[in-house]
Amino acid sequence: MNNSILDSRRPSSEPESRVSAARRHVKPLNLTRWIGATLVIFWLLVAIFGPMLAPHPVGALVADDMYSGASAAFPLGTDYLGRDMLSRILHGARYTVGLALIAAVLSSLIGASLGMLAALAPRWLDESVSRLNDALISIPSKMLALVMVSAFGASIPLLIVTAVISYAPGAFRISRSLAANIATLEYVQVARTRGEGKLYIAAVEVLPNMFHPVLTDMGMRFVFIVLLLSGMSFLGLGVQPPMADLGSLVRENIGGLSQGALAVIGPALAIGTLTIGANLLIDSLSANRGQQGE
Amino acid sequence: MNNSIFKIVLGRLSSGVSTLLIVSLVIFAITSLLPGDAAQQILGQFATPEQVAALRIQLGLDQPAPLRYLSWLGGLLSGDLGQSVSNAMPVSELMAGRLPNSLLLAGITTVIAVPIALLLGIASAMCRDRFLDRILNVCTLSMVAVPEFLVATLAVLIFAVHLGWLPALSYVSTVEGIGDFIRIYAMPVLTLCAVLVAQMARMTRAAIINQLDSPYIEMARLKGIGPLRRVLNHALPNALGPIANAVALSLSYLLGGVIIVETIFNYPGIAGLMVDAVANRDLALVQACAMLFCTAYLVLVLIADLCAILSNPRLRHQ
Repeated sequence: MNNSILDSRRPSSEPESRVSAARRHVKPLNLTRWIGATLVIFWLLVAIFGPMLAPHPVGALVADDMYSGASAAFPLGTDYLGRDMLSRILHGARYTVGLALIAAVLSSLIGASLGMLAALAPRWLDESVSRLNDALISIPSKMLALVMVSAFGASIPLLIVTAVISYAPGAFRISRSLAANIATLEYVQVARTRGEGKLYIAAVEVLPNMFHPVLTDMGMRFVFIVLLLSGMSFLGLGVQPPMADLGSLVRENIGGLSQGALAVIGPALAIGTLTIGANLLIDSLSANRGQQGE
Repeated sequence: MNNSIFKIVLGRLSSGVSTLLIVSLVIFAITSLLPGDAAQQILGQFATPEQVAALRIQLGLDQPAPLRYLSWLGGLLSGDLGQSVSNAMPVSELMAGRLPNSLLLAGITTVIAVPIALLLGIASAMCRDRFLDRILNVCTLSMVAVPEFLVATLAVLIFAVHLGWLPALSYVSTVEGIGDFIRIYAMPVLTLCAVLVAQMARMTRAAIINQLDSPYIEMARLKGIGPLRRVLNHALPNALGPIANAVALSLSYLLGGVIIVETIFNYPGIAGLMVDAVANRDLALVQACAMLFCTAYLVLVLIADLCAILSNPRLRHQ
C-alpha cells in the first residue's frame, strides 16, 4: 500500500538525473526489445507454419550417415537415425511453443481469477486459499513434475496439468496482491458504496487495471514453462516418442555430443533463443512501462 | 527487543514446519492416487490376483489412506524410508550413498558462484546505466533464461571436443589428486554456476541500487565521498541483509539445476537417483527424494526470509 506513495515521491527527488537516465535508456532498450521481439515472433511463426515448411517427413530416414554436419540437402545435419534435423526442429518447435503457451495461459487465467476473487472474498476463505497456495509454491516445479510423472506416467495432458499446478500459484500470489492494492483505491470504494456486487467490482473496476502486469507475468511464466517442459523431455520424462519437442531432440541425439554433432546443438540453441528472446522482450516491455508509470 | 526477534524466528520456523507438512501431504496424495497400485506395479501384468492381494497386505496397501500417510510420515521422521523396489535396497541406504556427492557438487558451486556474483552485482550497481551495467544486464538477463543443457552441451563442445582439456563425462570413482578433481568437476560446476551467478548478480545489483537511491547516500555524495567508498562503506553494510536473502533464494535454483546437470554428466548424485526412480516408477524412492529436495528448498527460503527480517528492523515489528 505504501509503495504508491514511495514511488510517486521518488521522481521528484532527482528530476534532472531521471530525465537524462530516461534519454540514455531509449536506444539499448529498443535494441534488446527488437532482438527479443524478433526471436519470439520467429519462433511463433515456426510453431505455426514450421511443419508445413519441413522439407522431409518428420520420422523419415532420409540420409545414410548419422550425425552428419550441415549440407545443402540437410541444412541442420542429420540425427542419430539419419533423419533430417531441420524437419525435426520445425516439428518439435510446435510442441515446445504450443504446450508452453497453453500451460502459461491456463496458469495465468486460473491464478489471476482465483487471486482476484481471494482478494475480494471473505477473510477466512482468502487465508485458507493463500495458505495452500504457499505450500504449492514451496514445491520446486521440477520436483512436482517428477513426482507427477512417477505417479501418472508422462503424457501431454499430464504435463500441462503439472505446469499449471506449478505456475498458477505464483500468478495467484501476484494478482492477489495487485487486486488487494487496487481494491483499496478510491474508485473501487466509490463503486462499493454505490452498492455494486463483488463480481461487477472484480470484472469492471479491478480487472482492467491489473491486466498489464498479469500479461507481463504470463510472459515470464511462459519462459519458465518452456524450461520446465523441455527439461522434463530432456530427462526422457516429458513428451514421449514418436512425438518430440525440442527437449526430446536434445536427449535423442546426446550420443553425438562427443563428436560435436549439430543434431545436439541445434535444438538446444533453438530453446535457448526462444527463452532468451522472450525474456529480453518482457524485460524491456516492463522496464518501459515502469518508466511511463512513474 | 531480543524477545520479539526470538518470537518472529519461532513463528517463521513453525510456519515452515506446517508448510512442510502440507507439502508432504501433497506429495503423498499425488503418489497414492495411482489408479493401479504399487503392488500391481511391482508384480507386472501377469501376476495373479492372489499374488497382488498378498503383496498389498505385505506393503500395507490394504489400509486406509490416512493411516498409510501417518505411517509414511512416521517412517520419514524415524529415518525408515521404506524399500526401493527397483534396487531391492532400503531407500535410506541408497540415498546415503549418493547424498555426499550432490552436496559436494552444490558446495563447490556455491563457493565459486557467490563471490563472482557479488562482484558482478556490485560492479553493475556502481556503473548503473552505464556501458558495463548495460552489457552485464543483457548477459545476466539472457543467462537466467538459458536451459542448463544448452550451457552443458556448449561447455562439452568447447572444452571436451574442440580443446580436449576435459572429459565429457564425470566419474567420481576415478579421482586421483587435484588434477582429476578439477577435470571432473569443472564442467558440471561451470554449468550450474552460469545460471546461478546470473540470478544472484541481478538480485545483488537490485539490493544495492535500492540502497543507493536512499537519502543517506545522497547525503554522503553531497559531503563529497567518492563512489567506491559510498558503495563499500555506506550502501553495502545496509544491503547485506537483502543480499544474503538473494543468495539464499538463488541457491534454491541449484535444486532444479542439479537434476539436469547430474543427468547430462552422468554424475552419481541424489538427483540422478531420483530421475532413475521416476523412470522406474519406484515410488518409495521418489517420495523420499522429493521430500528431501522440498525440505532443502524450504530451509533455503526460510534462511532467506530470516536474513531479510533480522537485517531490517522495520520488518521485525510487522
